[in-house]
Amino acid sequence: MDLSYSPEEQAFRDEVRAFLRDELPKELSDKVRSGAELGKADIERWHSILNARGWFAQNWPKEFGGAEWNAVQRHIFEEEAAQANAPRIVPFGLSMLAPVLQKFGSKEQQDYYLPRILNGDDWWCQGYSEPGAGSDLASLKTRAVREGDHYIVNGQKTWTTLGQHANKIFCLVRTNPDVKQQEGISFLLIDMDTPGIEVRPIILLDGTPEVNEVFFNDVKVPVENLVGEENKGWTYAKYLLTHERTNIAGVGFSRAGLDSLKRIAKVEMSGGRPLIENPHFAARLAKVEIDLMAMATTNLRIISQAAAGQAPGVESSMLKVKGTIIRQEINDLTRRAVGPYAMPFPSETLEGNNDPVGPDYAGPQSAQYFNNRKLSIFGGSNEIQRGIIAKVKMGG
Amino acid sequence: MDFTLTEERQMLQDTLRRYLSDKYTTKLRNEILESDSGMSEAIWEGLAELGVIGALFTEEQGGFGGAGFDITTVFEELGRAGVVEPVLDTAILGGRLIAALGNDEQQALLEEVIGGALHLAFAHGEPTSRYDLNRVEATAVQNGDEIVLNGRKAVVANAEAAGHLIVSARESGAADDEAGISLFLVPAGTAGMTLRGYPLFAGGRAAEVTLDNVSLPVSARLGAAGEAYPAIAAAVAAADVALVAEALGAMETATELTRGYLMTRQQFGRPIGTFQALQHRYSDMLIELEQARSAVINAAGHLDHAPAQRDLQIAAARNLIGRVGRLVAEESIQMHGGIAMTQEYELAHIAKRIVMTDHRFGDTDYHLERFIALSAA
Repeated sequence: MDLSYSPEEQAFRDEVRAFLRDELPKELSDKVRSGAELGKADIERWHSILNARGWFAQNWPKEFGGAEWNAVQRHIFEEEAAQANAPRIVPFGLSMLAPVLQKFGSKEQQDYYLPRILNGDDWWCQGYSEPGAGSDLASLKTRAVREGDHYIVNGQKTWTTLGQHANKIFCLVRTNPDVKQQEGISFLLIDMDTPGIEVRPIILLDGTPEVNEVFFNDVKVPVENLVGEENKGWTYAKYLLTHERTNIAGVGFSRAGLDSLKRIAKVEMSGGRPLIENPHFAARLAKVEIDLMAMATTNLRIISQAAAGQAPGVESSMLKVKGTIIRQEINDLTRRAVGPYAMPFPSETLEGNNDPVGPDYAGPQSAQYFNNRKLSIFGGSNEIQRGIIAKVKMGG
Repeated sequence: MDFTLTEERQMLQDTLRRYLSDKYTTKLRNEILESDSGMSEAIWEGLAELGVIGALFTEEQGGFGGAGFDITTVFEELGRAGVVEPVLDTAILGGRLIAALGNDEQQALLEEVIGGALHLAFAHGEPTSRYDLNRVEATAVQNGDEIVLNGRKAVVANAEAAGHLIVSARESGAADDEAGISLFLVPAGTAGMTLRGYPLFAGGRAAEVTLDNVSLPVSARLGAAGEAYPAIAAAVAAADVALVAEALGAMETATELTRGYLMTRQQFGRPIGTFQALQHRYSDMLIELEQARSAVINAAGHLDHAPAQRDLQIAAARNLIGRVGRLVAEESIQMHGGIAMTQEYELAHIAKRIVMTDHRFGDTDYHLERFIALSAA
């Protein structure tokens, strides 16, 4: 039993820290720290800085131009990047689609799409959820009918994160309605410029246009855009979801959130004293920090198993549930910490047109509290995760 | 022992509920939220005509109610419909301060308030006072017949619409003394008073108010110099009763929306409300909702008691409603899933109203500490 990183891992961490110190633009980390919205150009800029260093495709095998980091290295980077307030890497092309193409895609698809993902030529979004298919994803209805060299696609996808920036979408579509739900699904790559596609923004409760609805009306998709075999899409989708669930604990985000909360609580005054000295507040802060310390070790235990080649099982479901509870508790504490200045709507301050109303850290807190309610809903809701844990562990 | 509403209050509840369910649609409210003023004049007039504002004042003040249970009757309905119009600021806070402290001339403003013609705002909180009612650093200096105000007021709800702002300032004592605080009626547009307005997260508007050598006649003072604190505490107590009732009404809507969704949303071939895991969580919300209803009754029933008793009950209610409010808001969103994350869905607004009550006049933790202090006294 050894709780510390090996000398090699420590050296790697130092290397990551130096990189973040030297290469992460201050404009970007300032935006992330203040909770401001990142534009497409901000995100692409960070991707290209990472790519120049060869650290963008962290989980890709070297044969595809990746860094081929192991789970511990990826964890170290994620932790350090979150603490340094680096923008989050947008995962759709890079760590969701790419592993599917590498395992199941044709040589032509690999040769064409993978370099374009690395170079930032394509922005992918994910066409999974539908209005009637959320937690029950396999019930999806978007239909693709083969006509000659094309599929004709009709239907609707929803909750398409950052779809407004995307020029490509990977979709789960129904190609056979007459068999068991999971056996009639295919995985299609679709150009967003194709006639018949319409993207409509969904404004979230905090006022941000983060997700979209995507409508398909007789959209012609060339058959060579099918990934793998027809009607085998569910297998690929499940494979993709295992990648979606890496870094699920969000330890780095929670640590950064906790640091920010402590900074705020040192300057916010309550009854003439800093809030951080208030025993009730301090007790709540301590509890969530204690939970986080334990979860960080659970996370490392699972990562080191993964680095040793064991596939994580229900542990990733456990980490998702605990990790989101901790992040949401930190969001709640931070909202509380800013007091009456949690009430102003932050639109003006987020756009950076005006001096903030109240302290500059206060503006985004209510929005973040509400926005992060999504953490326990998306990527398999916490209810679905609990169901998975029970099913696996009870052997039902 | 009788927990039923009087006939008059029952009528008020029925009328207001019917009016709001007819008029105050999600669509209208979304338009109001997008509007520059953040409120609807037509709705305001409608509320005044129905007697909703009058119900919050006693007969001698020109109304026909004014007790704790009148407040809860009105605000439970406002909360149920997610109303953003500033009844709290104009009628409860502004109205009660004038009623408690005003001379005859100042009291005459109440007729305009009850008729819906005049808005008020209570400019009390400051950038660093947080929820402490006694912490006032803005100053008032009297020279003969003139009083000069200086200072800053934070997150003053309804400031831009108000014909008069009721501004607190210190005439004597240390920054956190209860004694030495006075209130002043400052007409909108008075030289030296600047407003920086902005929308609020849960609807309505507020402003940062700067007082830079604002010169007023002595007649602008409400009540005796330096003695406003008890009236401030009483008006805020009434506001607390309104806030817990509003949160209760909003929670009733949240649980009702959740019930409807659980019964109709199909996943895995059946309504998700048939899953026992969700049934139990829905039941827990209902159990807590009854706790909340009783806490509101406790607070309203003690509003006219001596301050120590009154404040103990109110601190208890606000702490309990704060806890239940967070549970109901978060669980309702979670059980809905993605749809509740969208701005245009009714629940999103209702959840924001519930959570944001926690930031007016003290949050759940603040009222827990207050309860501990008051019960030790």
